[in-house]
Amino acid sequence: MWSETLLASTVDGLLIGVVYGLAALGLTLIFGVMNVVNLAHGPTMTLGMFGIYLSATKLGLHPFAGLVLVAAGGLLLGVGIYVVAVKRVIDAPHLASLLATFSVNLMIVGVATAIFSTSFRNLSHDLGVLRAGPIAVPGTRVAAALLAVAVAAALQVFLTRTRLGKYVRAVAANRAAAELVGIPSARVLALSFGIGTMLAATAGGLIALSLPFTVLSGGVYELKSFVIVVLGGLGNPLGALVGGVVLGLIEGIVPVFARATWVPVLEYGLFVLILLVRPSGLLGGGR
Amino acid sequence: MGTQRRHAPTVVAASLLVLSAALPALAGSASMRETMFSVLLAIGLAASLNILLGYCGYASFGHVVFFGIGGYAGFYLVAVQGAHLATAIAGGGLVAGAFAAGLGAAILRLRGPHFALATIGVNEAVKALIVNIEPLGGPTGMNLNVSVFRAYGGAAGMLWAAYGTAAAIAVGAVVLGGLVRTSRFGLGLLVIREDEDAAAVLGVVAWRYKVGAYVLSAVFPGMLGALFFFKQGVIEPAGAFRLDLSVELLVMVMLGGAGTVLGPLVGAGSYQLLRSGLLTSDLEVLGVRIRDVQLAVAGALLLLVVQLVPAGLVGWARGRWLALRSRPA
Amino acid sequence: MILHLHRVTKAFGGLVAVRDVTFAVAPGQIAGLIGPNGAGKTTLFNCINGVVPITAGRVELDGRAISGLPPHAVARLGLARTHQIVRPLKELTVRENTIAGACFGRERHGLKAAARLADEALERLELSSLAAVPAGNLTIAMKKRLELARALAAQPRLLLLDEVLAGLNATEVGQMVRTIRSIRESGVTIVMIEHIMHAVMALSDRVLVIDRGTLIADGEPKAVARDPAVIAAYLGKPSEPADADQDGVSPEAPR
Ligand SMILES: Nc1ncnc2c1ncn2[C@@H]1O[C@H](COP(=O)(O)OP(=O)(O)OP(=O)(O)O)[C@@H](O)[C@H]1O
Ligand SMILES: [Mg+2]
Repeated sequence: MWSETLLASTVDGLLIGVVYGLAALGLTLIFGVMNVVNLAHGPTMTLGMFGIYLSATKLGLHPFAGLVLVAAGGLLLGVGIYVVAVKRVIDAPHLASLLATFSVNLMIVGVATAIFSTSFRNLSHDLGVLRAGPIAVPGTRVAAALLAVAVAAALQVFLTRTRLGKYVRAVAANRAAAELVGIPSARVLALSFGIGTMLAATAGGLIALSLPFTVLSGGVYELKSFVIVVLGGLGNPLGALVGGVVLGLIEGIVPVFARATWVPVLEYGLFVLILLVRPSGLLGGGR
Repeated sequence: MGTQRRHAPTVVAASLLVLSAALPALAGSASMRETMFSVLLAIGLAASLNILLGYCGYASFGHVVFFGIGGYAGFYLVAVQGAHLATAIAGGGLVAGAFAAGLGAAILRLRGPHFALATIGVNEAVKALIVNIEPLGGPTGMNLNVSVFRAYGGAAGMLWAAYGTAAAIAVGAVVLGGLVRTSRFGLGLLVIREDEDAAAVLGVVAWRYKVGAYVLSAVFPGMLGALFFFKQGVIEPAGAFRLDLSVELLVMVMLGGAGTVLGPLVGAGSYQLLRSGLLTSDLEVLGVRIRDVQLAVAGALLLLVVQLVPAGLVGWARGRWLALRSRPA
Repeated sequence: MILHLHRVTKAFGGLVAVRDVTFAVAPGQIAGLIGPNGAGKTTLFNCINGVVPITAGRVELDGRAISGLPPHAVARLGLARTHQIVRPLKELTVRENTIAGACFGRERHGLKAAARLADEALERLELSSLAAVPAGNLTIAMKKRLELARALAAQPRLLLLDEVLAGLNATEVGQMVRTIRSIRESGVTIVMIEHIMHAVMALSDRVLVIDRGTLIADGEPKAVARDPAVIAAYLGKPSEPADADQDGVSPEAPR
């Protein structure tokens, strides 16, 4: 019995962890390219949740079609945030970009609270239950995890195979040098912020497929994303996915052995510890 | 740089603070007192944060952790040990300062966003830990028996006593900020803020200065935490370690002018008054009640400050003044 | 010997920036340190004052081993330096910059005493009229002077100057040469990196030449200028190995 519970929790943690990883990928991409910690990350996840919810309830769209809308909207929103809030402070001290993105956070949460209040929403899209031996998992969880992997893979192809993606990597590696060889860094930065935001919104949408949420849920997932990017190393895309899975597994497995309230203690303790002793993350090469 | 000129901002700030703190008492108005209490609280917290953020250049996003820790320490002393408020406040400051001293050397090796993230992590970790500590009430926290207030002249008397104490602590924090700013220690912090590597080459023992600043910036928040939660009569993890309050403090310091003595006073004062103004206003713009979107208004304001006046109100004014003075005649 | 380097080597990964360098400087001397761009001169300074840990060897100040000490400890033993890429404390005034030099250097002065020393140093470098200006607003040439004023205010016994003449015009070079001489006359030992040959030759009691990390000559200015190895090191560099580089392409310190 015990090992079955453990197995089920592991699978559960793995599935949600991949989705966490996708969200964190957005955060880490933006940091990697422009050295900005995006404090509007959580609210953009919230908007993804409400995007998919509203397109299903108001427009009658299938959630997966809603997801495409959410992704497109996220891209536009990200470019907008970059132009309005980030562009002017990108070379200022870190505090400036942190506060600039936080101001966007406040604005989104403020407006969203006024419109939607802070009550719980539930999409409860049902895709049946998948069974494999003793394990039973909701189909939506599996679908969300698979979609997250697909999006991450698409990002990888974009970054390594397309000209634009190579531009993004060049700007991330060395903006001044990229500008010297004629890469339009201003537009590439805007695009990168857009993609980062798109990933966050998409991950939000995937979470909303199977979990209830409020206007404030984004804040919770934002903190999780922080933990994940630090586990994986700030700016390291692969690290974000691995970190997401690690976090998912902690959340899945620890409650089998201890009270669930110890999970955040462990998460944040680990977070601080890694920052202190291994700031380049679990995958990074030392300090 | 005569001594008098050097301390002028501190004297101005302290007098301003004492005068405005006296207003509710003179008017005998309880509602004014409550508004001013929140302003004084914010000023005390912002002035403390300014020592680390403004002088030393380390952006602590989780500074509220000291407020929470001090709050819990003080509350425990009063509720469980039956201590007096004064003891609780001293205890709150002491515990917060000790926590900063223990943590400082490790966490202050991090710079920029890594430091900011670590401070958030510490706040969340402490919050999560306290949820699991039963003697501190776990997730539901602790309550004070109302009878405790009898020693302070009943509930009403207690509120005035708390108000006076808050004023005293706020003045203390602002004066401390001024003294640090004009001291040799403060100069060391400024050098670190400008260029930490160059500071070392000049002979500044950076970690000692940074830890010193961290501890100083933690003590008054600890005291204020003890006072605040005593006044509330309840404390629970979610209310004691509010990350949004923490970021609001950064906003206040930036708004007024990081690194200036008057900045936290101006920033925290105007921010809190604006906020309570928005919260109680019936103003409508385009059919939207401003009260409902006060968070968004605060956000827009922050964006404007960061983009247009990064030095803050006081910093901007000071810059203009210096520019005028140093223009060759 | 006030400064003694014994077989100092510094490697950045596979790149050996300083290789097996040994020399000593007597009190009161001005030693010129020259060499082509990227030879390892700045790195050698970084090794001396502890900005980068050395890979092998030993550095002694007044017979006391200082290799392994952090930069602030070295500063307190009476060593001050200027940076090739100037590092003014931008938002502090010129005077505050200089006071900082006096406060935290050898004597750990209080603010009052430090202010007095700072004012002297500013006077000496003719910066007094700019005392209240934020250091970030200065021109490059003035920032160079500020670097020197800040180092001087620390009352060092040994002063390391990294290309303080670079980027100055002829008049300014002349002024600076006089200033450096007067600093030496007040009893401070100086090691100076410089590309402007006539200034090095005029100021130095001896000249050290380093090429690709290795010390290839050490002696009287005249003798060194005639040394075939030195000429070979500079060969292929058309004009004087002049000041083509002062916008500082080479990294100063690890970040
Ligand atoms: N922190 C560092 N990390 C890696 N390599 C470094 C570092 N500092 C210097 N180097 C390398 O060491 C070599 C020597 O550089 P250094 O700056 O000491 O030369 P220099 O003689 O001062 O040159 P210049 O005359 O141009 O100032 C160069 O190849 C440089 O790239
Ligand atoms: Mg050099």
